[in-house]
Amino acid sequence: MQNRKYERGFITVIYADNAATTKMSDVAIHTMVSVMNETYGNPSSLYRMGQRAKEVLEKAREDVAGLINAEPKEIIFTSGGSEADNQAILSAAEIGRKAGKKHIISSAFEHHAVLHTLKKLEKNGFEVTLLDVHQNGLILPEEVEAAIREDTCLVTIMYANNEIGTIQPITEIGAICRQHHVLFHTDAVQAIGHLPIDVKAQNIDMLSASAHKFHGPKGVGFLYAKKGIRLTNLIEGGAQERGRRAGTENVAGVAAMAAALKESAEKMEANAAVLTQKRNKLISGLQEIPHGALNGDAKNRLPGNVNFCFEGIEGEALLLLLDQKGILASSGSACTSGALDPSHVLLAIGRVHDVAHGSLRLSIGEDITDEEIEEIIRSVKEVVAYLRSFSPIWRDLMAGKKSFIL
Amino acid sequence: MALYSEKVMDHFLNPRNVGVIEDADGIGEVGNAKCGDIMKMYLKIENDVIQDVKFETFGCGSAIASSSMATELIKGKPVAEAMQLTNKAVAEALDGLPDYKMHCSVLAEEAIRSALEDYEKKKNNQ
Ligand SMILES: Cc1ncc(COP(=O)(O)O)c(C=O)c1O
Ligand SMILES: [Zn+2]
Repeated sequence: MQNRKYERGFITVIYADNAATTKMSDVAIHTMVSVMNETYGNPSSLYRMGQRAKEVLEKAREDVAGLINAEPKEIIFTSGGSEADNQAILSAAEIGRKAGKKHIISSAFEHHAVLHTLKKLEKNGFEVTLLDVHQNGLILPEEVEAAIREDTCLVTIMYANNEIGTIQPITEIGAICRQHHVLFHTDAVQAIGHLPIDVKAQNIDMLSASAHKFHGPKGVGFLYAKKGIRLTNLIEGGAQERGRRAGTENVAGVAAMAAALKESAEKMEANAAVLTQKRNKLISGLQEIPHGALNGDAKNRLPGNVNFCFEGIEGEALLLLLDQKGILASSGSACTSGALDPSHVLLAIGRVHDVAHGSLRLSIGEDITDEEIEEIIRSVKEVVAYLRSFSPIWRDLMAGKKSFIL
Repeated sequence: MALYSEKVMDHFLNPRNVGVIEDADGIGEVGNAKCGDIMKMYLKIENDVIQDVKFETFGCGSAIASSSMATELIKGKPVAEAMQLTNKAVAEALDGLPDYKMHCSVLAEEAIRSALEDYEKKKNNQ
């Protein structure tokens, strides 16, 4: 099996942070190395090795396009999800600006690649409506429709949330956007390779993806933009990517991404079935911990995503102790990021600061075993109990001086 | 480079003086749950010398390590000397903290001071 463990000293670890990044698959590594070894020419060069590199690039474009039911010309390769998000939003804004439409609809818990780009647009005279994501982490299509105005140029809603894993009704949202002639972009970074995508059937105008979330390499991704949508360049220079993104192409990375996506798509259904069952087992195990709560809807969530808040403890301490036990996870606590506020995602679903600091995200991979799930449950229980044993907040809660939130 | 020094990890993984003192002569609690760090210090003091100190902390790795180190630095010290404890001394004793974690050492200094002030207040009220 390829995606579970790496050796660190003598300790074998359980990697439960696949939402942060994934281990590259064997086929992706193999593809990457063989392109680097054998087809290292510049795709713009005229000799045969350059042209072979060009063929590798274009074959990858065809493969990627085919896997989401797009046309090859509608795919442009980028340095990852952030770049694709930036380019999609800035392009739609430019189209809107020319038509006198300067209103954008998004949600409160988008990735910062989206939110920070929107902030920048706000400084340049755009108006942004951030939709409520409700306690279950789900956006309502009717609220999207109600927010659309005469001057709305873009709706950008993520397919699945990176922290709490909730899956948005993007097909319905896309249909509403079509009906109102508003461009629809979705950040599908967490979804692609894990959930089915058909840009035509799902009414998607633009879509962002990143290879390292589906066992491809880091630093490569793509933007799908429907034919006819004029893209604004973020990077000026040569005429690569049909003039829409300058810079010598990352041929090996792109080829590896296509290989990884193809494999993920082939295994998607089988993986999802296994993962969902393991995820549910992990959720029920962690639900035995008192004064904790699952974040995000229990059903409409990514097959590998588990996210909890535990009252009376702080997330970074929890992560560091889990690391000592060989379990690699993440948290939305302020202290893990160096920020003052805990994750904007947890705040958006209505978790107050006090409990949002005590969050834990476990994003499991396909090859996790039942024993490992049990080990995670055991370890989290132990660590939470230990940290509560000397938490002044927990003492006050237990003494009845403060009331429990969860 | 690792996030934390070996000293920080040692004090985080094996915190010294964890717990409560039921008949403490001074208690101080600082921070709040909103910002993500709360420290509570308990002091047992005889003849103006700190005989025993215990702490409870809700917070990140460096908050726990800073609490632990602060208790070590003042244990057995005269009150007047403990009053002089600075966050810099705590951070230095831990072989440094990342910049954005310095607030944790500030909290440790404040928790000790708050407990000492509580002691002085109780003493003066006697
Ligand atoms: C939802 C979402 N969007 C965008 C990104 C950014 O992707 P990348 O790291 O490839 O720039 C991520 C990855 O962290 C993500 O989870
Ligand atoms: Zn902290």
